[in-house]
Order: sequence, then structure tokens, then C-alpha cells
Amino acid sequence: MSEVQLTGVSRWYGNVVAVNDVTMTLGPGVTGLLGPNGAGKTTVLHMMSGFLAPSQGEVRVDGRPAWRNPDVYRTLGLVAEREAVHGFLTAWEFVLASAKLHRLPDPAAAARRAIDLVDMREAQDRRMQTFSKGMRQRTRVAAALVHEPRVLLLDEPFNGMDPRQRLHMMGVLHSLGDTGHTILFSSHILEEVEEVSGTVQVIVAGRLAASGDYRTIRRLMTHRPHVFAIRSTDDRRLAVALVAEDSVAGLDVGTTGLTVRAGDYGAFTRALPKIALREGVRVRQLIPSDESLESVFSYLVAT
Amino acid sequence: MNLTIAWITARALLGRKRVLLLLPFPVLVVGLTLIAHALRPDAADQWGPVIVDGLGLGVLLPVTALIVGTAVLGAEIEDGTILHILAKPLPRREIVLAKLVVSAGIIGTVAAVPMFVAGTVAQSARFGLALAVACFVAALAYAALFLALSLLTRRPVLIGLAYVLLWEGLLGNLLASTRELSIHQYAVTLASRIAQTQLLHNHVGLPVAIVMSAVFLVGGTVLAVNRLSSFAVTGETS
Repeated sequence: MSEVQLTGVSRWYGNVVAVNDVTMTLGPGVTGLLGPNGAGKTTVLHMMSGFLAPSQGEVRVDGRPAWRNPDVYRTLGLVAEREAVHGFLTAWEFVLASAKLHRLPDPAAAARRAIDLVDMREAQDRRMQTFSKGMRQRTRVAAALVHEPRVLLLDEPFNGMDPRQRLHMMGVLHSLGDTGHTILFSSHILEEVEEVSGTVQVIVAGRLAASGDYRTIRRLMTHRPHVFAIRSTDDRRLAVALVAEDSVAGLDVGTTGLTVRAGDYGAFTRALPKIALREGVRVRQLIPSDESLESVFSYLVAT
Repeated sequence: MNLTIAWITARALLGRKRVLLLLPFPVLVVGLTLIAHALRPDAADQWGPVIVDGLGLGVLLPVTALIVGTAVLGAEIEDGTILHILAKPLPRREIVLAKLVVSAGIIGTVAAVPMFVAGTVAQSARFGLALAVACFVAALAYAALFLALSLLTRRPVLIGLAYVLLWEGLLGNLLASTRELSIHQYAVTLASRIAQTQLLHNHVGLPVAIVMSAVFLVGGTVLAVNRLSSFAVTGETS
């Protein structure tokens, strides 16, 4: 069993704090590292994989420090976000070279197994510079898996993959997770994490905002107040009626219309037409204004 | 010596268009030597120093070293492929040594072959050989220096160029004391001590040339290993 442990880890660049006092433990299974762009996911992954020193705190892989310790790569595989590969090599040469650099007893067999795992055998003799983004990504995953690491870290692994490749890659990660590997992948897309992992670490603005079972966190996300912008023929009349409604947590009357904060998305959207009809007010516009993922994340931080 | 890394490095260097940059100077050195020899066969003491020292050891050797030496590791750092090499349980000195051997081997070969031809035509086969040996020794020192530079700075080519042009070229002619830290001068001394010649005038002693070449080689290597051990991925964070 392999573990990655972060204890009070911070990383700053000059005055900018990229990661702020993060403590987490990753165990076997698939974990999603979720957060909006610029939240510090890549910084966290780089520290876990020994490519960045924490400014403060400790990063350990199986109890050993990750920084300045090449031995961690015996148990750790990394698929970085930057998709640079040695384009002049074929996929086979690239994965085989990885196997040799790991000093595996039978590099050819290991390379074959890794290439089969990501379904790249047909294209293995083509130079990687001719590959699509998704193919390059799969080859990089094969190279990272060639020594069967107990821990695999992937930075935005589904970027650039078509739906079929994505599904296949999710399958690969699932089966690795089920066989006791510790898998962490980062993503800024909620649905990706939902499909692959049961456990998530949500990181927002460098801080660990939530951590644990995905369903619990999603419930938190869906039960947050929803904000709607409404324009109608008589905003004030509608506002008075809405205040009496249980699902409405608060509202503002402005010159450009009504802003309503609803505690329950479903109840409010069912109630609104009935109220409008009863009051004889015509609703001209109804816009849910905070559906972006960023607002979901920032709500999580605020709680 | 890690053969896999050496193989990837050599393929990366020799497979790129950048390798074409290495061709003009050797061709120029050999071509000018042959032309000068055809026109003035008995005036080698006049054209010899210009071609052998001025163009050969003074330009061909350091420019080749600059192009190759900064690329063996610098190119991989620049495009990010270095991560694939570093994410392996390898002692960092193994990576640096493989890069150094490939780099010095290519620099040495590219410089030594035309210099051997030039030396043989201008004076004797022994002088040609002396120049070739000097090229390989200087190649090791240059390779280590530029390898270290590519880990110390983001602009290794610029700083390397400043060293070659300003320090070795300009200051080396004006201030005698700067010659003690000039790889170019070590090569001149080595060549002129292995074969007696009127074509080269050495300014540093043989012990200085040998010891300082070793200092550049060992110092650059140790520095490079140390820097590579704490190689941090910088730049974009998302």
C-alpha cells in the first residue's frame, strides 16, 4: 500500500501564494484533485512528484521525502500537463527507453504491456511528432506506467482526448485504482471527476476547500443558494410575493430588476410561475446567474 | 554512463536542423587552408596563425561548443521533455555524465577533424594531431561549462556567447590576466606544447592549461549535477 502525504504544505512565488497550508493524505484508489484554473493543482502535483520544493511543510511518498530524492520514482509515475515528448522517437522507442531508464529486468516485455494497456499498439512504430494530442497523452501514460508504479499522478489527463479515448482512459484509471494503486488526477471539470473517482480533494485559491466522498461534496454544492436575475412588468409587486416563499433566502430590488437568492433550486423554479400568475405579473427574464464552476468552488470556500 | 540517455541525446542533437549550423565553420577552415596552401605554399607562417588560431581555435571550436553544449540539456529544459528523463530513479550524475560525454564527443569531432586537416597542411601531421588533441581537451572543458550554464540560467546561449566573444575574444587580447580563465588559451598551449610550432603563441603555461581545463571540467560537472538534483519545474501553474 502506498501513500502520498502532505503536511502543512505551502508554496509561494515571491509575494504570490500558490498553495496555502494544505494537508492531505492520498491512499489506494482513484482520487480527483478538483479546482478551477489557477487554483494551484499543478503546483500541488509538482510538489508531490518531487519537481518543486515546498516553501513550507512536508511532502512524503511512502514516508520518504519527494524533493531531491530520485528514488521516489521507483514507486511513483507522473503524467505532467505539459505534453512535450521527444517527438523524433516512436512511441515504442519512447516507452522502451522509459523501461530501460527504470532498469527493469525485461524492458521490452514491460514496454509491450504498457503500450497494450493504453491501446497504442497499432501506432507504436510512428514518430510521436505525428501523433494527435490524445495519442501523445496515452503514450505518456504508458511511459509513466511502464514500471507499474504504486502511485500515479496525472495532471489534466483527459485534455485533448476524444470521448472514446476518454472513456478508455477512465477505464484504465478505474482498474488501476481497484487493484490497490494510488491514483491522483487533476481536473477543472466537475463531470470528469464524477465519472472516475469516489474521493475528491477540492482546491480553490491555493487552499484545500473540501475533501472526501464525492457525493457528500456534491450535495454541498447543489444545496448552496442559487442566484437568479429576474425582470418583470412589476418587480416590486413580485418581490413582495416572493418574500413569503420558503425557498427564497433573500432578494434585492434594483433598477435593472430583481436579484433573488433561492435556497432550493427546484422549489423556487416551480414556485415562481405560480406566484407570477397569481399576482398578474409577467416575467420577462429569468437568468440563473452563478452556474459557473468557479462560483460553486467559491461557495465551498466560503462555507 | 547511461547509454539510453546518451542515445536519446545524440538523436535529439543530430536529428534537428540545428545540426546544420555546425557545418559552415569546418568547411570554411578546411577550404581556406586548402586555398591558402595552393596560393602561398611557403608562406604558412603568415596565413597559418590566422586560420589555425584565429578561425579554428578562436571561432570554430567555441562556437561549436556553444551550439552543442547549451543544447544537450538546455533544449530539453526549454521544451519540458527533461521531465521524462528526470522522473526516473537515476542518480543525477548519471544523466549529467551521459550528456557531457555526448556533448564533448560531438564538439571534439566537429572541431578536431578540420583542425587536423588544417594543421597537417599548414605544418605537419604531428601538428595536426596536436590540434586534434587540444580540441578534444577543450571540448570537455567547454561542454562542462555550457552544460552548467544551461542549468544556472535561462539564457545559456547569451551568456555563453558573452564568454566566448567578450571574455575570450576581446578581453583576451587586451588584458593578459583574463587569459588564465580562457579555455581557448588552454587549447593553444596544449597544441603548441605537443608539437613544436611557429604558428601558435601560447600565453599560459602548460601546468595552468592542464589544471584549469580540469577545473572547468570538474567544476562544471559538479555544479550541473547539484543543480539538476534540485531541478524545479517553474513557469505556468494552473
